[in-house]
Amino acid sequence: MAERGGRLNVSVGSDGVTTVELTDKKILDEVSISAIGEQLYALVAQSASPRVVLDFTAVGHMSSSALGMLITLHKRIREKQGQLRLCGIQPGIYEIFTITRLNEIFQITPTRQEAIQSLT
Amino acid sequence: MVIPSELQVVRQTALEVLDVVKHCGYDEASAFGIRLALEEALYNAIKHGNRMDPAKVVKVDVDIDRSRAVLTVTDQGEGFDPATVPDPTTDENLERPCGRGIMLMRAYMDEVHFTPPGNQVRLVKQNR
Repeated sequence: MAERGGRLNVSVGSDGVTTVELTDKKILDEVSISAIGEQLYALVAQSASPRVVLDFTAVGHMSSSALGMLITLHKRIREKQGQLRLCGIQPGIYEIFTITRLNEIFQITPTRQEAIQSLT
Repeated sequence: MVIPSELQVVRQTALEVLDVVKHCGYDEASAFGIRLALEEALYNAIKHGNRMDPAKVVKVDVDIDRSRAVLTVTDQGEGFDPATVPDPTTDENLERPCGRGIMLMRAYMDEVHFTPPGNQVRLVKQNR
């Protein structure tokens, strides 16, 4: 099952893992992150124990507000005993995670397949 | 240039500066870092400096040549002491949802100078 919702492509596999592809013009900045965050929070709220993969393959630029959104998302998922994986992060974007030490908070895999497999 | 205190203006402003940066021969990594640092400075100026007040503007001075890029962002707020901003990379602050903008500016630029009272920041990147 897949649906396009503006900036997000959401699909739920037969294994119950929700994969979210970030597609908003390859940019996660102050203007886009608010709407994206609300969509993701709503997605998590709908699930009893969410298992979510966020695919960053299309993301070429990001601001610090996106990190804040991801932290909040991570907390909300954890509170529901769920799990979050980030995948497909380009090297330049990944550097932002290492500079901020957030690579120690988030579980990040190179590919979507690896992320999904780690949740099943 | 002078921009309004509107978040949606930041992206286009940064892209215009990015054009100049690339035209002056900076590599992709430097251009990426300059854009990111500038956007962080602009967001801070609008959100924290000018507190999103539509009556206030942000002044952006751009001095870019093939040897270095100097970007100066000035808001109309009261200023602040950057030394009071907590280190977001400590264990106790790691999961705070905000407070990483200045840290990222310092990580990607060669120099970051705040002019007292703190409503102006100067970002410098050498072209290597």
